[in-house]
Amino acid sequence: MHPHTVDYAIIGIYFVFVLGIGFALRGRMKTSEDFFLSGRSIPGWITGLAFMSANLGALEVMGHAANAAKYGMFVNHFYWLAAMLAMCFVGVFMMPFYYGSKVRSVPEFLRKRYDEKTRTLNALSFAAMTLLVSGVDLYAMAILFERLLHWPFGASVVASALVVAIYIYLGGLTSSIYNEVLQFFLIVFGFLPLAILGLKAVGGFAGLEAKLPNPGYAHTWANIWHAADNPMGINWFGTIFGLGFVLSFGYWCTDFLVIQRGLAAKDMAAAQRTPLIAAVPKMFFPLLVVLPGLVAIALDPTTKLMMGGRYDNALPAMLGRFYPSGLLGIGLTALLASFMSGMAGNVTAFNTVLTFDIYQTHINPGKDDQHYLTMGRLATVFAVIVGIGTAFIVLRFNNLMDYLQLLFAFFNAPLFGTFLLGMFWKRTSAHSGFWGLLCGILAAATHYTLYHFHYISYPSDMAANFYQAIWAFAVCFCVTVVVTLFTEPRKEEELVGLVYSLTPRPKNSDVPWYERPGVWAIGILALCTVLNIIFW
Amino acid sequence: MGLDIRMPIGIIFSLYGIILIIYGAVADKSIFQEKSLGVNIDLWWGLALLVFGVFMGALAFRASRSRES
Repeated sequence: MHPHTVDYAIIGIYFVFVLGIGFALRGRMKTSEDFFLSGRSIPGWITGLAFMSANLGALEVMGHAANAAKYGMFVNHFYWLAAMLAMCFVGVFMMPFYYGSKVRSVPEFLRKRYDEKTRTLNALSFAAMTLLVSGVDLYAMAILFERLLHWPFGASVVASALVVAIYIYLGGLTSSIYNEVLQFFLIVFGFLPLAILGLKAVGGFAGLEAKLPNPGYAHTWANIWHAADNPMGINWFGTIFGLGFVLSFGYWCTDFLVIQRGLAAKDMAAAQRTPLIAAVPKMFFPLLVVLPGLVAIALDPTTKLMMGGRYDNALPAMLGRFYPSGLLGIGLTALLASFMSGMAGNVTAFNTVLTFDIYQTHINPGKDDQHYLTMGRLATVFAVIVGIGTAFIVLRFNNLMDYLQLLFAFFNAPLFGTFLLGMFWKRTSAHSGFWGLLCGILAAATHYTLYHFHYISYPSDMAANFYQAIWAFAVCFCVTVVVTLFTEPRKEEELVGLVYSLTPRPKNSDVPWYERPGVWAIGILALCTVLNIIFW
Repeated sequence: MGLDIRMPIGIIFSLYGIILIIYGAVADKSIFQEKSLGVNIDLWWGLALLVFGVFMGALAFRASRSRES
């Protein structure tokens, strides 16, 4: 990859715009609600694209291209099985509780549904996870800078972190969301030519299928029945229950990183539509990441020629192979945009949870609003500094995807059990949330320790992550149920707006049928089923 | 929120489109033989970016006009 002046100019223009959006919004951050929730004023299409984009970090883009090169079309399950169902579920069934209860964060919802200790446990575990994840994007960004500009790794990390810190410090969540929309379009337009040129180079789909090192790579579902048949070494139970249910619902339905985008929407309809709008581009994302990964392995079956022996290099290697100067600048900008949107999503979610759920609740309650606005800005700086530290932890791991799925299996998987019971079973008692969550996290830790020291084994690290998630969820679920049966239920009138069976349904009669979230969800799932069948 | 995000998106994509079109027109054509299978991808993709940029800019412009009146 040899960028020229024109490529550097394109990257430079991107930085000017990203920082410019931060400066343009600087004057509008008057209250903490403006800074942390964008004053709940953003239209649905913008929060929807931001919802999608906040998730498009290094993991999504480089990680899934790498997985496609390593495991083939099996990776499509992350999109067409996992993300679609969960995104439709959160839009139709869960967003009404999040948005309707006027909470400012996911931990705050847990305080309303359960109690203070449940909220604090979740706030602490979420804050820890977010900081560990934000290092991944910073690491990926710094590696890119290092290769391009030949800056040392440390200087690259600090420079990348600084840009993100400045635009969030100035414009808060709004700045992050607006930049995510810009970043979304840059990612799409930056990677689309890769799919077109890559397919042309291997001779279309038929040519691609013929060139893949293993014919199983061209199928999403065909090899799922036995673990030994597919390269990831996971059978249908691990895939459908572990990935499709526990990990994906845990992520899309409870991770404040994405939920926060829905809370910034201007009204309930826009909030419900946020994940549904995001699901549409998400469905077609395999075209932008899985396809280039497959082309990379078809052109370079030994990974030595283009990818330098590392699957993680699949996407950058494809950019270097097919993009001439000019377009290369656009492609590199798209990579940078994806890392920045991922990092910014983590930072905005972290500063909100730290300020509201930890600082305002336990350290310094009862101050005026300006105090918490300032605290949010300081939390932003703090998050970025710690993120720089975690980038060096990531440097010692050599596989991004395993690191991330491991964190999700620790923190998100048990949380979904707490939410599922809390929202859909009114008997669930106040104490049970805390104990369920704690035992779920401990179960994940125990499983990890046993696996790490080889007391139990799986065909691949990814399989271990899926089963860890299943155990964490199952333990959280059972402990919550058992504790509930031995403790007092909460009064029903306190749970209105928090539990499905006690909350009046929003009136749909004045909304035309084609604007109803349920209808959208059915349409999305139908289209997704068609894609699953085509690429069976 | 006073800032219409479609305007900066429109401007940056138009700018990128123009840069790519010019670069595609003046660049040494051997880079396209070597990289992009002989297609002058800079020129064509530049056009696509420009069309998208102008479209976003036009949407933002129309929205600002209707707010004024």
